[in-house]
Amino acid sequence: MSGRLNFGRRLVIGIPFVWMLLFFLLPFAIILKISFAESARAIPPYTDIIVFAEHKLQVLLNLQNYLNLGEKGIYLQAYLGSLKIAFFSTLLCLLIGYPMAYAIARADKQTQTVYLLLIMMPTWTAILIRVYAWMTILGNGENGLLNSFLLWTGLISEPLRLLNTPLAVYIGLVYSYLPFMILPLYANLVKHDQSLLEAASDLGARTFTSFWKITVPLSKNGIIAGCMLVFIPVVGEFVVPELLGGSQTQMIGKVLWDEFFSRRNWPGAAALAVVMLAILIIPIILFNRNQAKELEGKA
Amino acid sequence: MKRFGFSKVMLWLGLLFIYVPMFILVIYSFNGGRLVTVWSGWSLKWYASLLDNTKLMTAVFRSLEIAFYTSIAAVALGTLAAFVLTRIPRFRGRTLFGGMVTAPLVMPEVITGLSLLLLFVTMAQLIGWPQRGLLTIWIAHTTFCSAYVAVVVSSRLRELDLSIEEAAMDLGARPWKVFLLITVPMIAPSLVAGGMMSFALSLDDLVLASFVAGPGASTLPVEIFSSVRMGVKPEINAVASLILLSISLFTFLAWYFIRRAEDRRKRAVQQAAQEESGGWQKSVERLTPPPAHS
Repeated sequence: MSGRLNFGRRLVIGIPFVWMLLFFLLPFAIILKISFAESARAIPPYTDIIVFAEHKLQVLLNLQNYLNLGEKGIYLQAYLGSLKIAFFSTLLCLLIGYPMAYAIARADKQTQTVYLLLIMMPTWTAILIRVYAWMTILGNGENGLLNSFLLWTGLISEPLRLLNTPLAVYIGLVYSYLPFMILPLYANLVKHDQSLLEAASDLGARTFTSFWKITVPLSKNGIIAGCMLVFIPVVGEFVVPELLGGSQTQMIGKVLWDEFFSRRNWPGAAALAVVMLAILIIPIILFNRNQAKELEGKA
Repeated sequence: MKRFGFSKVMLWLGLLFIYVPMFILVIYSFNGGRLVTVWSGWSLKWYASLLDNTKLMTAVFRSLEIAFYTSIAAVALGTLAAFVLTRIPRFRGRTLFGGMVTAPLVMPEVITGLSLLLLFVTMAQLIGWPQRGLLTIWIAHTTFCSAYVAVVVSSRLRELDLSIEEAAMDLGARPWKVFLLITVPMIAPSLVAGGMMSFALSLDDLVLASFVAGPGASTLPVEIFSSVRMGVKPEINAVASLILLSISLFTFLAWYFIRRAEDRRKRAVQQAAQEESGGWQKSVERLTPPPAHS
């Protein structure tokens, strides 16, 4: 009996485990391997790093892809640019999202579900379509709705340059990722015990003081989860900088995409991805720890 | 507390920020003129011309097919993963497993897409399988959607009263039977939610599909993207509005369905509690250790 139970148990663990190993973890080993290959005119367009020649098994590690990243300024700029943009858009999402999540958590139960639905709806809709909506609004010259509107009201006499600017990228990023900040913050804030705040106010604390000293520290896990859910994907974001950004805003996701699709330099793109992953591994582990606590209900 | 505090104002401004652009998109999709921003009267002509665009229509059906299979597989896989994470406290590689289940939620899509493509290319070189196309898109979508399903389902599994499963187990039911007859019906709303979420995520995905699809197997977002790159077009306004409207309807239905199920469950629990409260003495007796019968 215990033998069969064990078999069933192994099967239950084994199916998702093997799937994730094969299609999530193993690809990272392969991307690492191909980042050491040389670009070649072949199908697939790279050389094999393990070669059997002259009765010897040779492993040829080509470091040029990594050296390129350091030498060519555009890559370094793209990494730094992505980190900077991700940092500020996370901050903006937090500043806008926290009061929103707070207001939802304070509303009565019926209203809460309606608000939550309104926040959740956009996350189900393609980022592509939501960003596309902004292309129409921010369009340059008379082509943009915002420009035509401002011209019509007489607030400006000449159309502003909005599309293909860093401002447009920030708007697009905050717009796309705001719900991912609000949802974990709400999940945390709604669990807070109101009596703590009442006790603080009975003891004479002002609303802001008790908010800053009680609510904010208690919501630490929600803040971490929300910030990671925004920061990590934004570093590698492609759609927003591609459609709203111009040549001034180079982000690494777009550079990787161009390296892969336009230049067909697969090993170069792999090296870019490996370095991006190395930068993001600490935030990802932090997120996973936080999430594991939530998943196991220890939080 | 003030009724209209700072946070409430922010909430309303935030909601306006989220919804105004979408409304503008939908309204302008009914614009008759060729110029996107110059309003020249209501018209349905861009919607009509969608039907003649066979390339786009093929992509729509391809996307729907992938989304359908993805949602089924992701629910199965994600539920298994959630079950393992919440019900099996100790096994070798548990931390790794937990990490692999949650990491896809934040992993930048360009990394996941590129690494999966390189895996498929390497596999095709070694064993001649899989061919790039619908199958590879399905694998990519299933992998990343099952992470979302696992999160949704495990939060529900954690809330469940373990004693019901234990009781069935004590009465001699096999673990599989307990799972199918007791656990699954109780978590059904979250399974539906996870499935709908996977369907939407799969339908929306541009980056993963661009990497892992072979030439000629482009999905709807890939088609839209290639024409959007050239600028705003009235026809794309129409298709984008259709997606927006159908996803909103879809989300609303999912929400409504789940809420009704939750309400019914809560009412049942309340009723049971009321019936119970009459015989509280009995429950006290039950809490004290029973005399050894067996």
